[in-house]
Amino acid sequence: MTTESYPRTVLYCGVCTLPPEYCEFGGTTKKCEEWLEKNQPELHKKLYSQEALEQNLSSLSLEAQKRAEKDSQKKAAKAAAAEARDAETRASSKVLIKRIERNKRKYVTAVQGLEAFGLDIKKVAKDFGKKFATGSSVTKVPGGGEEITVQGDLSDDIQEYIEENYKNVPDDNIELVEDKKKKKAEQQAV
Amino acid sequence: MFKKDITSGAKSKVKSSVQRTIRQKVLDTYPLLEPYIEDIMPKKEQLDLVKLPDRVSLYTLQSTPLFFQHMDDAILPHLAIVHRYPNCFPRLRIDRGAIRFVLSGATLMAPGLTSPGGRLPGDPEDTEGKYGKEELEAGTPVVIEAEGKEMACMVGVLKVGTAEMKKTKKGQACEAGHYLGDGLWTLSL
Repeated sequence: MTTESYPRTVLYCGVCTLPPEYCEFGGTTKKCEEWLEKNQPELHKKLYSQEALEQNLSSLSLEAQKRAEKDSQKKAAKAAAAEARDAETRASSKVLIKRIERNKRKYVTAVQGLEAFGLDIKKVAKDFGKKFATGSSVTKVPGGGEEITVQGDLSDDIQEYIEENYKNVPDDNIELVEDKKKKKAEQQAV
Repeated sequence: MFKKDITSGAKSKVKSSVQRTIRQKVLDTYPLLEPYIEDIMPKKEQLDLVKLPDRVSLYTLQSTPLFFQHMDDAILPHLAIVHRYPNCFPRLRIDRGAIRFVLSGATLMAPGLTSPGGRLPGDPEDTEGKYGKEELEAGTPVVIEAEGKEMACMVGVLKVGTAEMKKTKKGQACEAGHYLGDGLWTLSL
């Protein structure tokens, strides 16, 4: 132990990011195991061999085993449910690109709903600003949540840019909307 | 501390004088790190300070998290550091049954450490002297390892001295600071 050289190189699971030894407590054990088998066959053999599994179980009393089993099942179910929910919101949620008239011929463009696709809207806002050379910021929406506000009428450009650069946003989920007057009154009416 | 997922706040550069104090503080708390400190936080490199919710500040080198600190409490290592330099911290071990509770963020209770699978300093079964000989005081930052695992699963501060823990074998032992899979662990910079 003492002769070991530092820093030690550490391997983490590609699925749950924990060290592979701890995958069994993560709730995505099945996937982790598959990942490890594919990427680190040797370690997989060591961790998931029959002996290792038996040894794991033998150190606990029967009752505790049962409880642990139940707990891990619950956890796994939770993880699966979370994933399913995630996928569903991804499929159903829409990206709204709103053109808002600010002052007769002046417009701002608001983009809503990007965060559902796992994008960091702060970063995206920065990218918009860089790409279109305009002011672009993250603003709070009265109903809760945040949107990106870009100065200027850029709805078509933004649509194109999103389709090209953020591939995990399905093209059909992007919607263009026009907002005529001062937005607040109208939104409440709808 | 990081049970919920967290988002990082403002990131700022650390003054070189402050950087020196941090370095000194780390060495004072973990004297065993001395030979490796140059690898962990090189003198010439620029450290970053990332503010996290609840007045926790995280020190990072480029985008690798190194240490974190709640206000002026003890400075604690990020688990990634612990995994890389496992022998440089005061360590305890918990039994297998406790792992799942620790990984869901519970406060560590004394029976997990005093049972046959757990290890406290001066344990007769610990022939290698891996877990040290001297008793640890309350308030010492410790790294928690687990029975049958190589790597640490938690970093925390002792609530009760180890000597007392052996006597009473009850109650809370160690406050959960940072554990595998918590908000700090999953935080991406």
